[in-house]
Parts: sequence; C-alpha cells; structure tokens
Amino acid sequence: MPKKVSEIDEGFVLKTPLSSMQTKTGTWRAFRAVIDYNKCITCGICWSLCPEPAIYLKDNKYTVDYDYCKGCGICAQECPVKAISMVRESD
Amino acid sequence: MKKILLSGNTSLSYAVKQLDVDVISAYPITPQTTMVEKLSEYVANGELDAEFIPVESEHSALTAALAASAAGARVFTSTSSQGLLLMHEILFITATMRMPVVMGIADRAISAPINIWNDHSDIMAQRDAGWICFFAESAQEAYDKTIQAYRIAEDENVHIPVNLNFDGFILTHTYEPVTTLDDEQVLKYAPKKVRSLVLDPKKPYTFGALGSPEYYFEAKYQAVKALENSFETIVKADKEYGDISGREYGIFNDYMTEDADTILVSLGSIGGSVREIARRMRRDGAKVGSLSLKLFRPFPAKQIVDALSKAGSVVVLEKATSPGALAGPLYMEVQASLKTFDAKTPAINVIAGLGGRDIGPEDIRVMFNKGLKVASQKRVDTIMEYVGVNA
Repeated sequence: MPKKVSEIDEGFVLKTPLSSMQTKTGTWRAFRAVIDYNKCITCGICWSLCPEPAIYLKDNKYTVDYDYCKGCGICAQECPVKAISMVRESD
Repeated sequence: MKKILLSGNTSLSYAVKQLDVDVISAYPITPQTTMVEKLSEYVANGELDAEFIPVESEHSALTAALAASAAGARVFTSTSSQGLLLMHEILFITATMRMPVVMGIADRAISAPINIWNDHSDIMAQRDAGWICFFAESAQEAYDKTIQAYRIAEDENVHIPVNLNFDGFILTHTYEPVTTLDDEQVLKYAPKKVRSLVLDPKKPYTFGALGSPEYYFEAKYQAVKALENSFETIVKADKEYGDISGREYGIFNDYMTEDADTILVSLGSIGGSVREIARRMRRDGAKVGSLSLKLFRPFPAKQIVDALSKAGSVVVLEKATSPGALAGPLYMEVQASLKTFDAKTPAINVIAGLGGRDIGPEDIRVMFNKGLKVASQKRVDTIMEYVGVNA
C-alpha cells in the first residue's frame, strides 16, 4: 500500500539517511546468482564487479545478498572457474 | 516611491535588487541579455549582496538556481527561447521538488529559422512543467509582478516556482517610467521566508531521490495540487500589493466585455493594442471587448468563462501554434473551459505575430470582424485562422 500524499514530505525530501536501503531491489529479479562453494576459489572478482553491490564477504565466503541482487548475471559471466550459476526464480 | 526610466529587462533587474536576492544564476540570451547585464553590474558594484553565477548554459543556470533554492537561498534566473528549451528537464524537476525559484522569460520565437523576435512558442512548449505562469503587458507590470512572484512562490502553502513572461523586444527593450516601491516596502511585502526543509550539513536530508512506482505518483500529485491550490494565494498577493502600491492587476484585464458581441482574448503586451482598437471600434458602434489574460497557470477556467459567457462570440488570439492540433494551445484551454462550464459562446482561434511579425491595428480589426461575423451568424465556419501570414 503506497504512502498517502500527506505522509510524503514536501517535494519528496527524504529525512531518513540510507532510505534507499528500504527499496529492496531484489524483488526485480528473474534469475538469482547461486555460488557453488565446491568450485569457488574466493578470488573476489564477483565482489568487485557486482554493480549493486550485493555480494559481500562473510566468514571468508563470498555471499549474495538476495534483498538487493537484481539478477544481472555479471558475476556468473565473469567468474573464472564458473562457480556461479543463474537460476530462474520460481513463480 | 520613485519614478525611474526602466525597460522591461531592467525593471526586473531593479525589482530583483530590491528583493535582496541571494543567488542569481543566468546565461545571457537575446532579448533577455540586458537584464542579466544589469544584475551582474548591481552585484559587481556592491548594490546587491548576492552570488552571481555565470554558468555555461541554461541547463546549468536553472540547475544552480534549483540547488541554491534547496539550500534556502532566494534565487533568480531568466532566459528566453532556445535557452528555455535547454532548461526543459530542470523545469519539471524544480516544480516537483517544490523549489520557489523565480524566473523572467523574455518570450521569443523558436528556431528554425533562427529568429530573435517575439512570440509565445517558447513558454507554450513548457506549459506542463508545473510552474505558476504570468504574462505582463508593460515594464511597470513586469516590475510589480516580480515582487508578487517572490511573495507567492515562497508562501508556505505554495512553494512552487514562478515564471514571468514579458514579450521580447516589445517589452524587454522599451523604456517607460516605472513607479517603484521603496526597498523597505518591497521586503515588508515579500519578506524572505526560511523553509523547514533545506540542505544543511548538520541535518542531512535527501533531495531529488529516486521515486519508485510506490512513491512517484503521490509526489507528483502533491506538486500538481500545490499548483492548483496556489490560485488563492495569487489573488490575495495581488490584492495586498494593490493596497500598498495602488496597482492591482487581477487575473485578467477585461475591457468593455459586459455587453460585447465579441471578446478578443490575448496574452501579453498585445493587450494594450487590442483595448485601443476596441475603443476605436466602439466609437464606430461595434460592440467589441478585450480580455487580456495575466495568469496562464494555474488556468483560471471558471473566471474566464464567467467573463466570456455572455458574449456573442470569442476570438482567441495567440502567438504560438500547436502544429497538427485542432487549434492553438490557449484556444484549446479557453474552448475546453467554455464547454466544461456549459457556456454556449462560440469561439474561434487566430494565430498571429509569429517570429516577431507585427500585429497592427488593421490586423486586430480583422480579428474583431471575424468574431462579429461568428456572433451574427451564430455559427463557426473555420476554427483556426492565421492573420498576417502571406499565404
């Protein structure tokens, strides 16, 4: 349900910092990037090329944040060991 | 109260100086140039304590004005013709971001062919940007409306940018004695108002953020409603200006419309000529009248219909075309207003004066006679006609 007009600040000024984080761009996705850790060499190329960025390092593993992954597929394309596959989101 | 010899251009500059504007960001373009020259002179010689930003294009001129306005400054910019077209995308952004920018527009034709003379093609191409839009008939009115513009734009119930149109060369370069207010009177009438939402490093807000489909519609609606609702403030500002200056303009100037067989509706400087020809034709027994519209946005549809509905016919004169459309942009609004409010008055459109083609007394007589013919026949044969073109 969208906010009411009266709840929006004049001129669409946003008073809360980091409010862009509230827009979960992951909902736009048709394919999700899935990392196969048996193949991953932790080189970090996916991390450096993700435009969101929605890939981050967690416990020495590169992990996809599905709240923001738009499924663009750059990581899968660029992975030197083909450890990332693009899996269709089920309806 | 002093009487000063000013042109249309320098009457705006003088008002802007008295309004103690903080930031001027402008790019010179004929026929607006002398306005910007005068303002830079005021800043250079210390008469006006403002930041003058000599930008590299009109796109930047309005962007800088919008940004300075977001920081809470009182700002001014001005342009004409191709310059206004180069501002196109920022015009919409300024309005929806609710920035009280005030802009002078020295109305001029649009290329091609290259032409520096007056018509209204520039502003008509920008009419849906969401600004309050005035037309002036004289340097005096341009001066007065500039002062009113700040009072209106900065009103907390409005916060919508205002553009003030005055005809290139016909007004911009014609000098006339302008009765000015004292500096104190100007600032008392239009005091600088601090908005609650401004750019401030100590209290960071986001301006101009992405509005996804969940937000855009409401943000746009808010700005559109603010423009519609500004009407009341506009009328009040004009009335209160009249109280201190003796000059109240109204949303239009209606002249001999009460019993008129035909009324000619016009925008801008041609209004004076139309009234003079109406006066002469009345002397010869023709019942003609004039309605010179001052406020184009928000469009005062109901008030216009009230003024026109008793007439035998209406002639809408305009210095712009909407190629491929049924008729010109002003005609379409007037006609839609008449039909919406059930007025039976037939209306025709005359396009004239494009690219600075003079509209002479005979041309205006021709237009009135077309209107009189429609009134007597009670029938419209041709919706749109061109007067003054060697077709």
